[in-house]
Amino acid sequence: MNLKPFTTIGIGVTFSPNLKANISEAARLSLFFQAKLVLIHVGDKTTDKENAFKTFLKPYIDQNIDYEIVFKTGDPVDVILSATQEKDIDLLILGALQRETFFKYYVGSIARKITRQAKCSVLLLINPSVDRIACQHIVVNGLEDPKTKQTVTTAFYVAHKLSSDKITIVEEISQQEVAVNVDDDKSLRKSTIVKERLKLREDTRVKKIIDDIPSEYKSSLAINTQPIFGKRGYSIGHYAQVVRADLLVMNAPVKTSFWDRLFPHDIEHILTELPTDVLIIR
Amino acid sequence: MSQEKNNIKEFFKALPKNIFSGFVVSLIALPLCLGLAMASEAPPIAGVIAAVVGGIVVSIFGGSYVTITGPGNGLVGVLLVAVTTLGLNGTYAAVICSGGLLLILGFLRMGKLADYFPSSAIQGMLAAIGLIILGKQFHIMLGNKISRETSIDYLLEIPSTIGDVFVFEDKGLLYAAIAGVLSLAIMVFYPKIRNKYLQLIPAPMWIVILSISFSYYYELVLQQPNPIHPDYMLSGIPTLNEIITQLPRPDFGGVVSISFISSVFALTLIASIESLLSIKAVDKLDPEKRRSNVNKDIKALGLATIGSGFLGGLNVVTVIARSSVNVNNGGSNRSSNFFHATFLVVFILLFSTQLTRIPLPALMAILVFTGYRLAAPEKVQKIFYIGKEQLIIFFVTLLVTLKIGLITGIVAGVGVTFIIHIVINKSFGMFFRNILKPNVLMFKEQSDENGTYYVSVKHFCSFLNYNKLKYKLDAIPEDKDVVVDFSMCEFVDHTVMENLHDYQELFLKKGGHFEVVGLDMHDTDSAHPFALRRLLPVPNIFKSNLTKRQTNLEALAKDYSLNYTSTKRKDTHFLDNFMFFKTKKINHIYNQITGEKEDLLMFDIEFSEGEFIAKEVVRSTMLHIDLHRTIPQFTLDKEGFLEKVYAFAGFKDVPFEQHSDFSKRFYLLGEDEKAIKNFFVNDLVQFFECNPYYHVESNGNSLLVFSKERLASNKEVKTLLNFGKRLREVIYKTPS
Repeated sequence: MNLKPFTTIGIGVTFSPNLKANISEAARLSLFFQAKLVLIHVGDKTTDKENAFKTFLKPYIDQNIDYEIVFKTGDPVDVILSATQEKDIDLLILGALQRETFFKYYVGSIARKITRQAKCSVLLLINPSVDRIACQHIVVNGLEDPKTKQTVTTAFYVAHKLSSDKITIVEEISQQEVAVNVDDDKSLRKSTIVKERLKLREDTRVKKIIDDIPSEYKSSLAINTQPIFGKRGYSIGHYAQVVRADLLVMNAPVKTSFWDRLFPHDIEHILTELPTDVLIIR
Repeated sequence: MSQEKNNIKEFFKALPKNIFSGFVVSLIALPLCLGLAMASEAPPIAGVIAAVVGGIVVSIFGGSYVTITGPGNGLVGVLLVAVTTLGLNGTYAAVICSGGLLLILGFLRMGKLADYFPSSAIQGMLAAIGLIILGKQFHIMLGNKISRETSIDYLLEIPSTIGDVFVFEDKGLLYAAIAGVLSLAIMVFYPKIRNKYLQLIPAPMWIVILSISFSYYYELVLQQPNPIHPDYMLSGIPTLNEIITQLPRPDFGGVVSISFISSVFALTLIASIESLLSIKAVDKLDPEKRRSNVNKDIKALGLATIGSGFLGGLNVVTVIARSSVNVNNGGSNRSSNFFHATFLVVFILLFSTQLTRIPLPALMAILVFTGYRLAAPEKVQKIFYIGKEQLIIFFVTLLVTLKIGLITGIVAGVGVTFIIHIVINKSFGMFFRNILKPNVLMFKEQSDENGTYYVSVKHFCSFLNYNKLKYKLDAIPEDKDVVVDFSMCEFVDHTVMENLHDYQELFLKKGGHFEVVGLDMHDTDSAHPFALRRLLPVPNIFKSNLTKRQTNLEALAKDYSLNYTSTKRKDTHFLDNFMFFKTKKINHIYNQITGEKEDLLMFDIEFSEGEFIAKEVVRSTMLHIDLHRTIPQFTLDKEGFLEKVYAFAGFKDVPFEQHSDFSKRFYLLGEDEKAIKNFFVNDLVQFFECNPYYHVESNGNSLLVFSKERLASNKEVKTLLNFGKRLREVIYKTPS
């Protein structure tokens, strides 16, 4: 098991109103994870720009942050992806955009492309802030999937490092598994029993995963499980929003093809409607 | 295995009750079947065939419990068009095809078609059907057969037909009109008369009985021919033999024509909508609160419709009025539907010649009343209270349906609703982007011991995606606690709010809780008029002064140092447990008089019995006594002839050997015979013996006392109050 999943953290930086907040968030995370921070800027290298970034990083440089600034021209998606590989970045931070009303966020087209193609974990921030806002509640998916174990373990690692209070593992059980259509009282009873059984099964599975996690990550952390019957990928986002989670940790999608974008599933739902900060583990 | 045996035992135990209620239903069904078929311009027997086939097939294969099936009033409008464009045999072919389509819908689990239509549009369509029926039959009712192009023409000509009645030269026509008007009067005033013996026979059957006896009176006593014009008599009732030997040949020749296809679609659509609405309404009346299997029922209805079409009958749908009569007469399972069909066969077998003595105007009066009930002005008023935009939807659907046709009408209704939603939200994107998203999250809260179900809805929730919410809600057992949260939902429409209200009632009745939260934010948001108006009670603009009776009650309350309030109270769930209200719908209680400790509560109550044309609204004065202790559940009433009839039908009386006088005069009903016998000690029995009769009912920890199914006078209020107080004293003295 990889006990230190994040050694190098990368962030794409452009001169936007969010720049200071984005850099602050990334720098803070680097300190928490004791990781190296790589700022990637798409554009020519100028002293002005470099100085600007450095002023934003100033408070963290004082705390001995290990950082590097990369300047590269070209297509933003290609630049960020190639830099990620060159610098061996294992956590890429991207900012999200707001839609219409104050509460709605979505991932813009560039960030979305990067999310789909990146080979490393991706953290999508909806509301970066200059000052630290504590990450209290983490929601992580507990799907029946080979990647889930790593995802859950990472979530516990993050929770430990960010000293969160609570972690909820959400088991999404698709309706097909229940396989009972509710028509009348009899089928309702049947489906309730089936669901109860599925819940127990899922709970045991998740318990096993939790048992394998180093106990230092689990101490001082309230651990909950919550089975949900609903559409994969979508209902967990909805759930995270309902419980006002601060971070949602998810498996990376298996593959994304053209059809997935037309009929969105799993991660694609989350990208169109970010419920909170989302960490996608690869 | 033992449970299965038990079920069979239960079934046989309930059989007499179901035979009885099947009989009463057949009494109302016979005239309705004849009338509906005639209104559709099909031979009158076609309606009876539909009811018989429906009753037999659906009772065997159906998935609901207390519903009655047969020809429905909603289909009259469609069938009328089909018969005129396709001919009778073509119509039978269309009926058969629509039956097949229904069957397919049932198998595809698409029976819930009605969920996809906004409720105001459905209301508008039903009102239009009502007007189509009313418009056409009104003229026949007054002895003036006319034939016009569109339904609107029929409606416009109503005043001139009324004028014509006064200048009829033909006595036969005048008599026909009189028969019609009298029949209509019976339909209107029958629910107002609360007489047990009169009520045993439904109003439509009274019309049949009276008109047949009228005809016999002329023939046998006066030795004169029937004065009603022969053109206005029911004709062409074949005997059973003729029905079987002269099967129609459905004409499938026009299958590819547009008129045929549109008829089939309209028949299927209306049949499924009418059936679904009826099943939903009847499920609410079911005393055992069972949930019907809608898809199974739709399949059975489809099968029945196919059979009915081949035998020369109309579409089979679930019908509300007959079903409610079934519930009120003690029907408890599908066998009552079967017996209703059996009795119809018996009627045709025995009385097919007598039926030709029924004047057409009398039958049509029943339909005019039906049509009026569908399009009643109260409905418009109700919709207006919900919101003006609902009125637009209602009227657009209504007018388009009348002017063009049913399918166009409902499509227009859906379109207008959607446009209104877009205008109100000033956003098309919200609907477009989110319509396919699984916007409903439901989970059982793990941390909570009781396992509260939490349902959160995102984006918008309207008739377009209500099925998603419904799907989740249906999967929750009704005795659990549910919280539906709309705080992340930008828009909730009237259809959803109305349906949620139904869920709320259902959960309450089954012992659960259903709460809707998160709409307070919408309150301040002007973009949510639907939610707003559903949530806030309609402010009472006319703060009327108290009536004479109310001032008297107020004075009385003061006199006895009790509290009096005249306001209407809608939460009447403390009455739900009483047997008396199991098959009745309580509208509200008002004029409450309460004692200091609030354990004595006297109130006026408005409740209704039955649905649609069999609906009877009753006001009564009752006394509720909270005993703060457990006593057996029972019902005590005066013993009379009717109770003896009921006893035959399987209702049980608890006998008291040592108090034969009490046993003879009172009719005591209850499950736990032993506990009741222990509870009715000498003092209590003597108390009842020497006091005036009241209907006394116990729900286990409180009593309900009332005498008549009408409001009590001042003096009666005093006597009732006094009786209640003394009864409470006596009960307190009995050993617990």
